[in-house]
Amino acid sequence: MEIVLAFVIGGLYAAGIYMMLRRSLVKLLIGLALLSHAANLLIFTAARLTRAGFPIIGMDQQALELPYADPLPQALILTAIVISFGVTAFALALSYRTYKSIHTDDLDKMKTTDEADDSKETSA
Amino acid sequence: MNNLLILPIIIPMFTGILALLAYNSRTAQRWLSVLGSSALLSVAVWLLVEVGRNGILVLQVGGWQAPFGITLVADLFSSIMVVLTGIIGLAVAVYSLAIIDPDHEKFGYHQLYQFLLMGVSGAFLTGDLFNLYVWFEVMLMASFVLLALGGGRGQMEGAIKYVTLNLMASAVFLAALGLLYGMTGTLNMADLAYKFSKGLSAEQSGLITTLSMLFLIAFGIKAAVFPLFFWLPASYHTPPVPVSALFAGLLTKVGVYALIRVFTLIFTQDVGFTHTLILFIAGLTMVTGVLGAVAQGEFRRVLSFHIISQIGYMVMGLGLFTPLALAGSVFYIAHHIIVKTNLFLISGVVKHLHGTLELKKLGGLYQLMPHLGVLFLIPALSLAGIPPLSGFFAKLSLIQAGLEKGDFFIVAVSLAVSLLTVFSMMKLWNETFWKPLPQNEELSAKPLSKKQWISMLAPIVVLAAITIMIGLGVSPAFSLALQAGEQLMNPSAYIQAVMEITP
Repeated sequence: MEIVLAFVIGGLYAAGIYMMLRRSLVKLLIGLALLSHAANLLIFTAARLTRAGFPIIGMDQQALELPYADPLPQALILTAIVISFGVTAFALALSYRTYKSIHTDDLDKMKTTDEADDSKETSA
Repeated sequence: MNNLLILPIIIPMFTGILALLAYNSRTAQRWLSVLGSSALLSVAVWLLVEVGRNGILVLQVGGWQAPFGITLVADLFSSIMVVLTGIIGLAVAVYSLAIIDPDHEKFGYHQLYQFLLMGVSGAFLTGDLFNLYVWFEVMLMASFVLLALGGGRGQMEGAIKYVTLNLMASAVFLAALGLLYGMTGTLNMADLAYKFSKGLSAEQSGLITTLSMLFLIAFGIKAAVFPLFFWLPASYHTPPVPVSALFAGLLTKVGVYALIRVFTLIFTQDVGFTHTLILFIAGLTMVTGVLGAVAQGEFRRVLSFHIISQIGYMVMGLGLFTPLALAGSVFYIAHHIIVKTNLFLISGVVKHLHGTLELKKLGGLYQLMPHLGVLFLIPALSLAGIPPLSGFFAKLSLIQAGLEKGDFFIVAVSLAVSLLTVFSMMKLWNETFWKPLPQNEELSAKPLSKKQWISMLAPIVVLAAITIMIGLGVSPAFSLALQAGEQLMNPSAYIQAVMEITP
């Protein structure tokens, strides 16, 4: 199982980075989302996959019985998923606003503020 | 007394929530913003006094003992950083009253401002790496919105770059956390340090050094060090001035804080490799930052590149890795946060008077407002390291540490970069204040009421006064930094305070 997940994670990283290298804004965002999925799966796999009992101490037990699945990585992933959901929603809204005000989704055309002699700067 | 530790986090939180409830009243939001920031500053000072007197304070949130729950820890370094957050938070909050336009306030400027302060204080106080990730995200989310709020073309372009690179850093950080957890089964910083201090096999310590490089990249992007800084000059000059002043003062320093924290507490297995690499990065960061600054022709872009160059000095102290060097870093961070915010605040006054910050179109300000010229010179010269201002002592201690360690090359680099900093600051002074106003240009200041002038200039005067005070009263300030540096070099006290065991 680890081997399969390792390939999946590697594939997600590769796809994410490839998408981020494209010029389109939307593809950039898809790339970012893929990166965060890859990181989540990486936490899941690195914290060991155990096909085993619940991490709950029974009524008549004093300690956890081995082997048990570690619940903490899942809590970490859940937090990370919530965060990346919010961030992705924001990034989508941002890209839509950007498209509205620049009329392009070509990242190569988004460098007016980097040019040394720029008088079109529009900040408040 | 330990409950004090949670206050720097919940004060901005409640201020933000109250300001959200007062959504319809602009006046109430403004008052809340200033009051909340003042409360944050006073609590932070109290915390620093408490930590200075009684040593490291620890709060196990919810009563869960150390490696299992979330731990908040304040050692001297953290509490100094929280005090700086309070100072900058208050200064910029007052400044915003004059210059931020009603549209921004309508869309939640004050609320986001408070949530940003909450994220920054949380990141400084947490003792758990995953919790640090969460605070980073809180801070980033607020900063994304502040950066993009009310945006025209320039602001949107800046925001896209800022968001992309920071999200990438977060993804790298998250991956590093997962791997570290898989390797050690804990993410509590003190617990990690304790486990590593018990000795590791050669294979383990090699793996951990490899992993530390992922952390170096993740925090390096946030701190804007050498090959990872491109988001900073692309975005910091685009938002309204108070926002960029706040960002310039605090945000990259959170990255530097995280770097110093993990590379003094956790990743000290192979100092010869990791810290030498950090020293190289420091040198390259200084040089590229200052050369970039010399080439720029816009006020805030020059200042943005100087942030990068200054980050190099802070990281240099970490690379040298002696108590004196770390004290130098702490001192440098404190000095830099105050000075840099002040320079950005002054750029706001210049922008208000001229309507632009292109150096070509500026000029003649000294004639108009001589006192502003003097107020600019104080932080500018301090940044360059002219005695008796704070920057001189910060650089002096770093250079002394470098000489003691025998790293003459980095000392030479840092001195050369200082010279270029003087040059670039003098360029700003000449172009903005000294040269006559170019033909065809006129001053187009919107009239401000007397109240607005006061709320704009008061923070600048106070921050300049702090710079001078640090410079003149250097020995108490530096002895505090030295204590913080010694604490950072001997993590056993930190581990003992958190884990309640003697390593």
